[in-house]
Amino acid sequence: MNATQERRQRWRQGVEERQRSPRSLWRFAAPQQFYPLAGRLAPWFAAAAAVLAVAGLYLGFFVAPTDAQQGEVYRVIFLHVPAAWMSMFLYLVMAFWGIVGWVLNTRLSFMMAHALAPTGAIWCFIALWTGALWGRPTWGTYWVWDARLTSQLLLMFLYLGYLALTRAIEDPRRADRAGALLAIVGSINVPIIYFSVKWWNTLHQGASVSLTRAPSMATIMLVTMLIMAFAAWFYSIAVALWRVRTLILERERHTDWVAAELDRLAAKEKE
Amino acid sequence: MGAVFLAMLRREMALAWRGRTDVLLALSFFVVVVCLFPFGIGPEANQLRAIAPGVVWVTALLASLLALPRLFEHDLRDGTLEQLLLSPEPAVVWVLAKVAVHWLVTGVPVALFAPLLAGLYDLQPDVLPLLAGTLLLGTPTLTLIGAIGAALTLGVRSGAVLLALLVLPLAVPVLIFGAGAVEAALGGVSYAAHLALLGAGMLAAVALAPWACVAALRLAVQ
Repeated sequence: MNATQERRQRWRQGVEERQRSPRSLWRFAAPQQFYPLAGRLAPWFAAAAAVLAVAGLYLGFFVAPTDAQQGEVYRVIFLHVPAAWMSMFLYLVMAFWGIVGWVLNTRLSFMMAHALAPTGAIWCFIALWTGALWGRPTWGTYWVWDARLTSQLLLMFLYLGYLALTRAIEDPRRADRAGALLAIVGSINVPIIYFSVKWWNTLHQGASVSLTRAPSMATIMLVTMLIMAFAAWFYSIAVALWRVRTLILERERHTDWVAAELDRLAAKEKE
Repeated sequence: MGAVFLAMLRREMALAWRGRTDVLLALSFFVVVVCLFPFGIGPEANQLRAIAPGVVWVTALLASLLALPRLFEHDLRDGTLEQLLLSPEPAVVWVLAKVAVHWLVTGVPVALFAPLLAGLYDLQPDVLPLLAGTLLLGTPTLTLIGAIGAALTLGVRSGAVLLALLVLPLAVPVLIFGAGAVEAALGGVSYAAHLALLGAGMLAAVALAPWACVAALRLAVQ
């Protein structure tokens, strides 16, 4: 065994020790420990998301004033912008968990990345869809090859690639790590794609509408948008936690504690 | 290290020479697809001239994609890949050699043929060297990004289609600057920035992509 391997093994042992210690937060890196924690946390995040969404929608529909130029249609911004933010943010979070997984060798990190991907893809889709619906009345077209729209579309493809790759590989260990690698490579590429598309677009710029000219926004609109963004964020956390619980059960199905947990769930179902 | 690189280079060149029909296949694909576009959009010369750089570049991208699944597949099947990964030599070195030869046999012929085909699109003769130049500068990046995809999808069912889905979005910046340089030259604008960015992309890919590629290969043989 050479020095590097020895160091690696010591490091791994250290991680495992810390995971076992009852007082350390590291213990939640063990799927068995994280499963109940996720179950306890998820409803709180879901509730917070619901409250914020109700508040945000109320403000968005009834309190925020009608836009002077766009009329009522601008209200789609309260869904559109949070969705776009979330889709980009979740991709970075996915890459972050991928890096954590590669460095620390924790299975749970990869499961977290897996759990985030479908939600990120859905936000991406929502952002594109609401953008198209918003574009039709305001610029008279569903789609322009604007820098933001195009990079959002490419982000959608990156999400699809991640989902397809992790589902096509049967060995979960390889699927985890290959997906993480792709997410990391993709996250390096996202800014490059954004700036190259932006530049490409300015070279071609004809009569298309500029999205970058931010209209001076009323404070209430901004507040509503932020509230909706937090709602989207908490929703994503809740859904990811629930999804990671399912993933943990699926991955750990050969262990005793999962068998016991499944029995408990089955008994609960019968009641 | 240099010895490993050279040995791998020689081996890959010998293999490429013995399987030269494969090389010709990618090139013929490129030629046929470029010739296909005028049938779809009509033979109007002005229109063809306008789309020529884009068509050549997109087709070069697709042609480079076509050959990628073969990059590691054969070595995986006969066990060479596993032996190479077990060897004490740094894997990045021979991966880079493999990718270099792959680029020599797929990227370079496409770049050399592109000016001939652009002639079919009535492109001004003075931008033809630039078209070949951007392809020579851009296709290494495409091959390097593609090598990561090829390693990730190695041995995976319907890997070739998956590879396209993984690699194409990542290749967009190269496409933009490659075709953009030619279009800038046609428009009479300076294209130096495009070339600089293409070169920068290639250097970054040479520095980073082999590492990701090796990590993915280790996953594939485990």
